[in-house]
Amino acid sequence: MSWDRPPAQSAGSRTDGDAERSADADVDRTPVADADVCVIGAGPAGGIVADRLADAGLEVVVLEAGPRFDPSDRHARQERAIRPAYDRPAVWDGHPERDAYESSGARHYPLNYTRAKGVGGSTLHWQGMVMRLHEDDFNSASARGVGPDWPIDYEDLRPYYAEAERELGIAGADDNPFAPPREEPHPMPAFPPSYSDSLFAEACEELEIAMHSVPNARNSERYDGRSACVGYGTCEPVCPSGAKYDATVHVERAETKGATVIDRVPVQRLAHGPDAIDAAVYAAPDGEEHRQHADAFVVACGGVETPRLLLLSESSHYPDGLANSSGTVGKFFMEHLFAGTGGILDERTRLNHVGFLTSESHQFYDDADAEYAPFKLEFLNYGGPAALEMAPPAMALEGEDWGDDLLERLRTEYGNQIGVGALVEQLPREDSYIGLDPDRTDDRGNPVPDVHWTIDDRALRTLDRANEIQERVLGELGAEITWQVGPENAGPAFHHMGTTRMSDDPAESVVGPDLRTHDLENCWIASSSVFPTGGATNPTLTIAALALKAADHVLEVL
Amino acid sequence: MELTRRDAVAALGALGVGGTLSGCVAPPGAEPLDVDRIREVLVAAAEVVYPSEVTGTATFVESFLEGRLEDPTHAAGLDEAVADLDEHAAVWFDESFAALSIEDRDRALRGIGAADADENPDGTTAERVRYYVVNDLLLALYASPAGGELVGIENPQGHAGGLDSYQRGPGA
Repeated sequence: MSWDRPPAQSAGSRTDGDAERSADADVDRTPVADADVCVIGAGPAGGIVADRLADAGLEVVVLEAGPRFDPSDRHARQERAIRPAYDRPAVWDGHPERDAYESSGARHYPLNYTRAKGVGGSTLHWQGMVMRLHEDDFNSASARGVGPDWPIDYEDLRPYYAEAERELGIAGADDNPFAPPREEPHPMPAFPPSYSDSLFAEACEELEIAMHSVPNARNSERYDGRSACVGYGTCEPVCPSGAKYDATVHVERAETKGATVIDRVPVQRLAHGPDAIDAAVYAAPDGEEHRQHADAFVVACGGVETPRLLLLSESSHYPDGLANSSGTVGKFFMEHLFAGTGGILDERTRLNHVGFLTSESHQFYDDADAEYAPFKLEFLNYGGPAALEMAPPAMALEGEDWGDDLLERLRTEYGNQIGVGALVEQLPREDSYIGLDPDRTDDRGNPVPDVHWTIDDRALRTLDRANEIQERVLGELGAEITWQVGPENAGPAFHHMGTTRMSDDPAESVVGPDLRTHDLENCWIASSSVFPTGGATNPTLTIAALALKAADHVLEVL
Repeated sequence: MELTRRDAVAALGALGVGGTLSGCVAPPGAEPLDVDRIREVLVAAAEVVYPSEVTGTATFVESFLEGRLEDPTHAAGLDEAVADLDEHAAVWFDESFAALSIEDRDRALRGIGAADADENPDGTTAERVRYYVVNDLLLALYASPAGGELVGIENPQGHAGGLDSYQRGPGA
């Protein structure tokens, strides 16, 4: 199969869906004959599963709803990231009709700011922080008295974590005294701490708060044929150098091993009998529907589209949605909550030179109990909640000033910022869910996902606690606090979790510890949607580890 | 601070235009552009929107423009925005934009609405002038290491300045 490459688009040109469809009309998007495995979704989970199974000699086909992006367009996307004319979804060609959604919860959920559809999935726009969950995260009920226990322990996932660290390519150091035990060094040395980290270090020493390095899925030296980081500073939402891992690495690797990747083909439903999936029914850009048959199916569409696809696939066998005998598909939607406090110092802090973090603290993580959630502190290498907001040149492009007035403003407003963030766990609740909106459809006529996001009181209390600690740190530094994100205005960290939860009990979950659905013998789910609880570490390393585990379980059966 | 051709090449790096600048100012097959007018207007506008302490503006802008015009979509939008700005100057000042004094160029840009407008490549005249003229020039300057140094950041976002500067303190 040959792939079209759309022409590089300048930042000034909008994506034209009709033109795209016309341009690639001659691309073969027909099903692959005799497929062993159909993987739905070309993000990190789908890419890793496809790579592993193709490596084992299986005939693998990957169906991806979004487009395959041309690597040569990444600088144009970087310009979009910097310029105020473009919002976050525009960086990766978000499509308002294809990506339509509703947000019916008490807190608005900005879904299209939190995801990217296309080959690579949301790793295209992620920041790249990669930590293992703590041991107690797998045993929340037993260790903390709230939430469910996972049906697997840290020890079960430990070898997969090590493998995932090699697969993604992680720069890290074994200097986090609060992290779970590990067996080998990270593949690359950690990035050295920033200058602003050194300012925090003095304050944290006074307050007896331990700082340590951040494991990053970006190359601190050349790795896996990809460049070392060159400091573009726009990691989130785009890395033009390729130093930051994204799932195109595994998708392309899978293709070299014989896998077939078909882009722009949203799966409409999964055709099935009582015990097994027969075919993934997908729509091609020309509107024609195709049926991809396979012996096994791996659904890897993330925490929102995975439950949506199952709910869209309801039938007489499964009137409430496929694989939903438990009634839990879409339930227990979780996010990590961002808390932050920032301000200004009377000295230069030298932020915004790079777009990633180099230091954090897990010191308070394992104090968690029924009253307070686990959380970690993040020492920001940029000025505010968003990396691009308070940095030249983006600051220069907004405002009514130019010339000497603009330069004076930039010199005044840039350079003295300081900020501390935090990620806080949210407990799973039935009233936090992904459903189908009955009144609105997408560009293919399917009901759009309805994000009904609800936050528990424990998380809100913990946001307060994180804010208090952040205030102490900034107070020790002598900062004037100018912004705070806490219980009243906390937003999501763009981590979708929990909507097809994993448990040994089929009555309360969608998949078992082997990631296979309880209801269907040939359907596995590789996604953060299987997380029973979310912990307070960024989820992608755990997604990758579970994807490797899922691939092993598929291979046990085929 | 003197801006150089090398600074312009660095600014173009943020946009993915690398290597040597060939001197080609219109891509093959593109609609004919009034390249001379674009060059004159942008250099003239840069003298307004750039701080007075920078010199070498003409060389910097012309070099940046060489790379910028390699993108046909951007070149067409730029050509149109420049034509609108020039026409506005002719109506209000009876002169081309480049022929105006710096004070009148400032008035012309503000009069067309570029100071108040949000940039938008597909928007109103004011929004397009803001995007293609004012903000393109500001992006070129402040995404370059030379412009970053004016503000105190040697490695501004969009510039691949490596991993040393983030570790350095203000005195280093």
